[in-house]
Amino acid sequence: MEQGLLRFITAGSVDDGKSTLIGRLLYDSKTIFEDQLESIEEASNQRGTDGADLSLLTDGLRAEREQGITIDVAYRYFATPKRKFIIADAPGHIQYTRNMVTGASTADLAIILIDARAGLLEQTHRHSFISHLLGIKHMVVCVNKMDLVEWDEARYNEIVETYRSFSSRLDIPDIKFIPISALQGDNVVDRSDRMPWYDGPTLLHHLEHVHVAADRNLQDCRFPVQYVVRPQTDAHRDFRGYAGRVAGGVFKVGDDVVALPSGQKSKVTSIAIGEKAVEMAFPPQSVVMTLADDIDLSRGDMLVRENNQPDSTQDLDARVCWLGDQPMRAGTRYELHQTSREAKAVVKEVVYKLDINSLHRIEDDLEIGMNDIARVRIRTASPILVDDYRRNRATGSFILVDPGNRLTVAAGVIYT
Amino acid sequence: MSSEYNLSHLDELEAEGIYVLREVAAQFDRPAILFSGGKDSICVTHLARKAFAPARIPMPLVHIDTGHNFPETMQFRDDLVAELGVQLIVGSVQELIDTGAVTEEKGFNASRNRIQTPALISTIEAHRFDACVGGARRDEEKARAKERFFSHRDDFSQWDPKNQRPELWDLYNGKHQPGEHFRVFPLNNWTELDIWNYILRENIAIPSLYFAHEREVIRREGQILANSDYLNLRPDETPEKLQVRFRTLGDLTITGAVESDADNLEKIVAEVAAARKTERGGRMDDKRSQSAMEDRKKEGYF
Repeated sequence: MEQGLLRFITAGSVDDGKSTLIGRLLYDSKTIFEDQLESIEEASNQRGTDGADLSLLTDGLRAEREQGITIDVAYRYFATPKRKFIIADAPGHIQYTRNMVTGASTADLAIILIDARAGLLEQTHRHSFISHLLGIKHMVVCVNKMDLVEWDEARYNEIVETYRSFSSRLDIPDIKFIPISALQGDNVVDRSDRMPWYDGPTLLHHLEHVHVAADRNLQDCRFPVQYVVRPQTDAHRDFRGYAGRVAGGVFKVGDDVVALPSGQKSKVTSIAIGEKAVEMAFPPQSVVMTLADDIDLSRGDMLVRENNQPDSTQDLDARVCWLGDQPMRAGTRYELHQTSREAKAVVKEVVYKLDINSLHRIEDDLEIGMNDIARVRIRTASPILVDDYRRNRATGSFILVDPGNRLTVAAGVIYT
Repeated sequence: MSSEYNLSHLDELEAEGIYVLREVAAQFDRPAILFSGGKDSICVTHLARKAFAPARIPMPLVHIDTGHNFPETMQFRDDLVAELGVQLIVGSVQELIDTGAVTEEKGFNASRNRIQTPALISTIEAHRFDACVGGARRDEEKARAKERFFSHRDDFSQWDPKNQRPELWDLYNGKHQPGEHFRVFPLNNWTELDIWNYILRENIAIPSLYFAHEREVIRREGQILANSDYLNLRPDETPEKLQVRFRTLGDLTITGAVESDADNLEKIVAEVAAARKTERGGRMDDKRSQSAMEDRKKEGYF
């Protein structure tokens, strides 16, 4: 019964067959319920669509159903006896890039859909690049609509070769290619007998077996303190526990630790999940630790090992995706949120903006508006504790918040 | 070496829920947990107990009492509050009706579901809550599939689904203007089956209504509804006794029962795993239109 979790993202619009693919995964894994099917069949009839339009299952907002497009990320769940899956179903249009970035930020794996007739398009580049930027290490390239190219192996191989030559510029260690027909179900859940030349796994089989636990950083001990637990009850008068989620490495009872930024040293005396004592803690567990000494430690601080510390810096080299309605204003103060820490921050310099279709650098137009991705230099008012995003997603990521309207205006990844 | 550091999916969901609850306690001045007495809010409360142990849960439980609750739910609520030693705040729908602030629906399908919203909003305003934690899940309903963990509400408690704050990694931005607040959903990524497996694993106490029992019911439009003083019977409806249980607990007037002989947690897990209808399929409140939930949520409904 016990199984792991796989979070993956699918990006694209209805035309790509994305909704059909998700519908197929849910339908063939028997996750669609009778009343859901009745409800979308009824809605499909009302608008004169033939059969049940599976995209109605994923497009949940009235505006989305009216326009037939995905605007916001929707989350879908299904499980097989082997694993539980969380799908971040993200829009594919360029004007919703920020929503794809949102969905990709928590994903372990990305599914890229390519229409076998059309081959690689701008959006193939864009979706692949965003997945790479957000640190997704596993990619599945589904060459879809194989039924419309007569299940042609040569066409499939051509697309695979083109994609490989494009993706060599991206840092994605694990790329898998699968020829499918989402509409007819070939190689999605059940193996296709119409493409005997393909001897790899079906999509679902691959999703069930892909190994993602190794992506978690178990080397660099990082424990951002989220909240201090002080019961102040008779039973626990002097208890002082540090609550947080392990962001890297393995902490064990008895370990020597250093508190940052104070630099004070202590030893872990206990680790607990709820009322249950445990011997160790690792990502992404939420625990409470107690220390041997009364030291200065509160929200925003971090416990680490003495011989392995994050960078303490006020100058960040970052890639940001701009999320706000208003363009980025150089020299304006934003609030930067990173782990449990906040600091005032200023964008000092826009180094370049990316054309996310061609991946070319734009250096003559440095106005950064919604959905733009840029490399910037940021200065914070106080030091923050960071790791390279490619090494640690939790300590290498941040958001910028507008101090006026309090909205989240940018997402950033730090390169050290 | 890596297998030692693998978590089951329930462990991972639990770690996420605890993290979210601690963010609420750390980021907000006046947070509260919305407690309906249903299994989801019971799970949230269980996670809160774990998140802050050995301290007490540092926020009150808020119950919006429609006056049409199952008596079993009310008893369960009072016992749990006593055990946890937390404050209970009750927002009363009946009071709003009595003062004329809201008007009750009439007719055979009348329910107090929609007028819970003004009661919730007035309770939030009276206590100046800046964060209300609830047990809603994304898998329940298609508008809820779009929910954030920290879901912003304007100063009229309204949800603007087309203009939600982006939410990246686990960096939850709880910053807001005075008068605005957040609804927070630690169970966003849980499914009904996850909830039941977790209740089984953690041996969490739940109201007896979830277990199969004999009850006087009526059948209406394909639903099985508990007979009670609050239900207006149609002339052709005759109560009958059936062996039933509830998959969700809303008001007596709108919560459909299912015929079942699942009288323990193991049997419930097996029944839910094999179910072919969604749990909200038995909720008359969702049946009103395709956008019934989205519309209610925009107004401030949970």
